[in-house]
Amino acid sequence: MVTGFFIWVKQAAAILQKDIKVEFRTKYSLNSFLMFALTTLVLVSFSVGPYLLDEVVHSALIWIILFFSAMGGLARSFVKEQEKGTVYALKLSAVPETVYLGKFIYNLSLLFLVIIIVIPFYIFFLSPPVGNPGLLALVLFLGSLGLAAASTILAAIVSQANVKGNLLPVLAFPILLPLLTAAINGTRLALEGFPLGKAMAELQILISFFAIMFTVSLLLFNFVWET
Amino acid sequence: MTWKIALGIWMALVIAASFLYAPPALGLGEVSRIIFYHVPLAWVAVLAYLVSMVNAVQYLRTGRMEFDRRTSFNAEIGTVFALLATVTGAVFAKNTWGAYWNWDPRQTSIFVLLLIYAAYFALRSAVEEEEQRARLSSVYAILAFLTVPFLVFIIPRVYSTLHPDPIINVEGRLKMNTQMLQVFLASLAGFTGIYFWIYNLQTRIIKLQEKFKKDMRG
Repeated sequence: MVTGFFIWVKQAAAILQKDIKVEFRTKYSLNSFLMFALTTLVLVSFSVGPYLLDEVVHSALIWIILFFSAMGGLARSFVKEQEKGTVYALKLSAVPETVYLGKFIYNLSLLFLVIIIVIPFYIFFLSPPVGNPGLLALVLFLGSLGLAAASTILAAIVSQANVKGNLLPVLAFPILLPLLTAAINGTRLALEGFPLGKAMAELQILISFFAIMFTVSLLLFNFVWET
Repeated sequence: MTWKIALGIWMALVIAASFLYAPPALGLGEVSRIIFYHVPLAWVAVLAYLVSMVNAVQYLRTGRMEFDRRTSFNAEIGTVFALLATVTGAVFAKNTWGAYWNWDPRQTSIFVLLLIYAAYFALRSAVEEEEQRARLSSVYAILAFLTVPFLVFIIPRVYSTLHPDPIINVEGRLKMNTQMLQVFLASLAGFTGIYFWIYNLQTRIIKLQEKFKKDMRG
């Protein structure tokens, strides 16, 4: 049992390592993901111009930028295996659940990188009031956990469809809506400077959403992956 | 055959009783009669979606194509009933809250429910191979169903709603007088009967499709 678990973790780590290596050779995913987020951000900044926005609008804009750039950036993770034909080798050599786990951690790290770069730029360009930076970081962290967990399995579904184009945002939006509502509200509370205790309900929704999505994705991934 | 005629008469009586026999609710006036249609429609929508989800699980367990057909059939029926529930709800909202649509948590949740199944149908149309379509869309149906508790129980608790209490509320009490309750339960039973009629038709269509496919092969 323990050794089984160890092999499992090792396989997931190997898949993660492979993805990171491929990414560092081309830097395609990260670049397109990041540039999409930054262009959206600059567009927002241009159109808002000198006007002062309130916290509700700021938190909505932050999550709209993150959601759509994540949809663009994370959709690639399985499609690229399909396009290069490496998907069959992966199916033969790895346990399905470890593929999910490896891809999930890879997507999560991409998302973290983008957030670490985009959020300071957002604060730089639009200067929203950040009342409680710790809570903001926590909401972004928990929100991206759920976002990555759901979009990893959905990206695997989309990669097998005949029409890959814009399917991921269509499939992801209704599933992610509870997460987005809670994350936007939590971000608003953080910007307005409320203490941690006031955002307990939002944080609980974010944590439970991640836990449910992650567990069920592990259970169901086998069905998506097999042929 | 007889039970279909009986159902027809039953529904005619329910419609007549909802206008003539039941009194209007206090404070809401004649608009309140919509409850005899709105709630049963929403109930049938939830029932059809539930059956759809159960069939998706069954498909993944057994891999038999008829379960997938039933999943998509029930998703279609659920969507039709959910649309009707949305429209009747909007009519009620216009007359009591002053606008057809105001993003009340209840309206948000039914809107997302419709979006989920629109996405489900979009996914189905995007996959050509039959078995793959069944597999992928079943997984999506289960994933999507998981968001329902968030939408129905958690979000309306965090944000306040104007929607009248669901019939089975936290205290577990019914807030209707006897005549209203009679018509309401009769309507609920009638609409459930209509759902089973449709379900019956589905089973026959699925059987005919299977037979037709076999004849085509042989």
